[in-house]
Amino acid sequence: MNNNIILAGVGGQGILTIAAIIDLAAMKSGLKVKQAEVHGMSQRGGAVESHVRISDREIYSDLIPLGEADLILSVEPMESLRYLPFLSRDGIIVTSTEPFENISNYPNLDEIKRTINRVAKSIFVDAGTLARDVGNVKTYNIVMLGAASPYIGIAKERLEEGIETLFQRKGKELVDINVKAFRKGLETAGT
Amino acid sequence: MNNQLLLGAEAIALGAIDAGISGVYAYPGTPSTEITEYIQRSNDAQAQRIRSKWSVNEKTAYEAALGMSYAGRRSLVCMKHVGLNVAADAFINSAITGVNGGLVVVVADDPSMHSSQNEQDSRVYGKFAFLPVIEPSNQQEAYNAVHYAFELSERVHLPVMLRITTRLSHSRAIVVQDTVRLQNELHPEVDKNKWVLLPANARLNYARLLDMQKQLVSFSEASPFTRRIDGEGSFAVVAFGIAFNYVMEILQTNGLNIPVLKISQYPLPEKLIKEFFDAYDTILIAEEGYPVYEELLRGYFDNKKIAGRLDGTLPRIGELSPNSIAAALGIPSPEIRPIPDIVANRPPELCKGCGHRDVFEALNRALEGYEYKHVFADIGCYTLGALPPFNSVNSCVDMGASVTMAKGAADAGLHPAIAVIGDSTFTHSGITGLLDAVNDESSVTIIISDNSTTAMTGGQDSGGTDRLFTICKGVGVEEHHIRTIVPLKKNFENNVAVLKEEFDYQGVSVILACRECIQVVGRKKKQKKA
Repeated sequence: MNNNIILAGVGGQGILTIAAIIDLAAMKSGLKVKQAEVHGMSQRGGAVESHVRISDREIYSDLIPLGEADLILSVEPMESLRYLPFLSRDGIIVTSTEPFENISNYPNLDEIKRTINRVAKSIFVDAGTLARDVGNVKTYNIVMLGAASPYIGIAKERLEEGIETLFQRKGKELVDINVKAFRKGLETAGT
Repeated sequence: MNNQLLLGAEAIALGAIDAGISGVYAYPGTPSTEITEYIQRSNDAQAQRIRSKWSVNEKTAYEAALGMSYAGRRSLVCMKHVGLNVAADAFINSAITGVNGGLVVVVADDPSMHSSQNEQDSRVYGKFAFLPVIEPSNQQEAYNAVHYAFELSERVHLPVMLRITTRLSHSRAIVVQDTVRLQNELHPEVDKNKWVLLPANARLNYARLLDMQKQLVSFSEASPFTRRIDGEGSFAVVAFGIAFNYVMEILQTNGLNIPVLKISQYPLPEKLIKEFFDAYDTILIAEEGYPVYEELLRGYFDNKKIAGRLDGTLPRIGELSPNSIAAALGIPSPEIRPIPDIVANRPPELCKGCGHRDVFEALNRALEGYEYKHVFADIGCYTLGALPPFNSVNSCVDMGASVTMAKGAADAGLHPAIAVIGDSTFTHSGITGLLDAVNDESSVTIIISDNSTTAMTGGQDSGGTDRLFTICKGVGVEEHHIRTIVPLKKNFENNVAVLKEEFDYQGVSVILACRECIQVVGRKKKQKKA
């Protein structure tokens, strides 16, 4: 078992929470894990990425080599394309459809979607609407994790346990709503 | 014991707690900040009364760590690579004094300059100071290396450097904890000759340090962090520190059987290297940062067996990657899909509602009508004032340089001569420059954009919070030329007027533009709610 995941988004969108849940789930599954984060200057409204690698053998590099990511999980549509050189030939993009427009030259959204469809196998998720359906727009990132969960290589039960572990100290209500968001994402992605 | 998922930085912090430190000293700096933050948050560290507050700069941090060592206890001091420039005086001379309690200095380099002004390689400093350097390649090694470094430090009575890079510091992996050591008892050093660096003593100490180099090499020869990977053929790789990861990644993925020697401790293990070199016809040297040891191994007459960063086999600048190593090993690059043209950049920007924005807007307006519009800035979030939409500042060189560069430019006749510096950067290295300006009666306007925090590294405590007026007054700035403004939209006209008045004053003035960082305000609100 060997899976390389690029998490993409804009600073503050919660990709490090997604990373933390995958990390916990991987550990619980007895797998090895490496997860590189971007800190510092790049956080201020800039693009953020995390390389998550899970495997049952020794993982050497903290960075995923170009062309070897199995999944790009992006919480923002344009950001999913920024890491395209990392995607393997059979890799998949799972991205939300809601743009984060903090720049004046943000490209046309339909054009972005068409490009994503053209360059890779992809799944689009209207995570904003789904999160609101669940009852808490902040579960946006967890909806995305749910939608991408069939491609992560870890049993969904382990991922749900990861959510529980992570949100535990914030109370049962938050655990429940995040688990609900996860399931909503999973069911919407249609697998 | 415990399995934990830790950043490289956190693994070092945990290692230090477990190795029995009595204190950690640091000034925040990416990518080293998380080491100290982990210790500050740790319940174990609190229970053991490990001292962990932020220092005002890297030099004060290093000297305090040295003082703790003098008193017999173990101390950790952490900084980013350019921080070691600030602490260099203390660092180099602490090799001449030596230590009593174990002293480990962690320096986090930033190749590719993700969040820095240069990509200097701290191993050069280690060599320059004749001190042992450990360069772990992964999180578990980082944890173990701290234990080892403290043991080595107390055995040879020297500071030991632990060199990491951004990639290791900011990447998580599973770390297994080792045994926990008790802190040292207080036992201050009594050997005055060792600590009083009068020339007569320093000469003796220096000679002893040089004599010890052979012993340090023998420690490197037996380093627990050396790894030998067997292979076939006449081509081999020597990989230093984290470069080993990229080499092994490529060998594993491509099923290659190339011999590899991993080195993680300096001074260089001479015998080990020589034996390895003699066994193969061509050697690739893979090291993260400068080609420090490639240069040394090539020698003045350029050993043609060697390939690396200096002959273009690997890129001369920037961080290594699995792909740059693959190319160096002659593996054709995979077919990759380029980033589509439609993707736009998201340059970093000041937060919405940030007080620095209002400072720059007022500054731009106040400068209208002046022939020269030169503003010397400094290191912090406000360096982004150099970019659109503000385009307000013209320099950013090193911590504190805005004040002294403005002074020098004023001496040259530039008027107005303006500095913009943050509160934390001012207390780090701006106060002494301000004293120079006061003593020389230079015509400068120093704007301290005071957000009461060290914002860029994530909002750590700032050394002079609520005391900047008193500090400036104490340095000798005339009281009525220390002006306080609040950088808010509604105060715009008033702030512009204050700036203009002080530009026109022939002498030292300080403008304190005070408004708390909105990120910190937001965090405090959240904490209150919780």
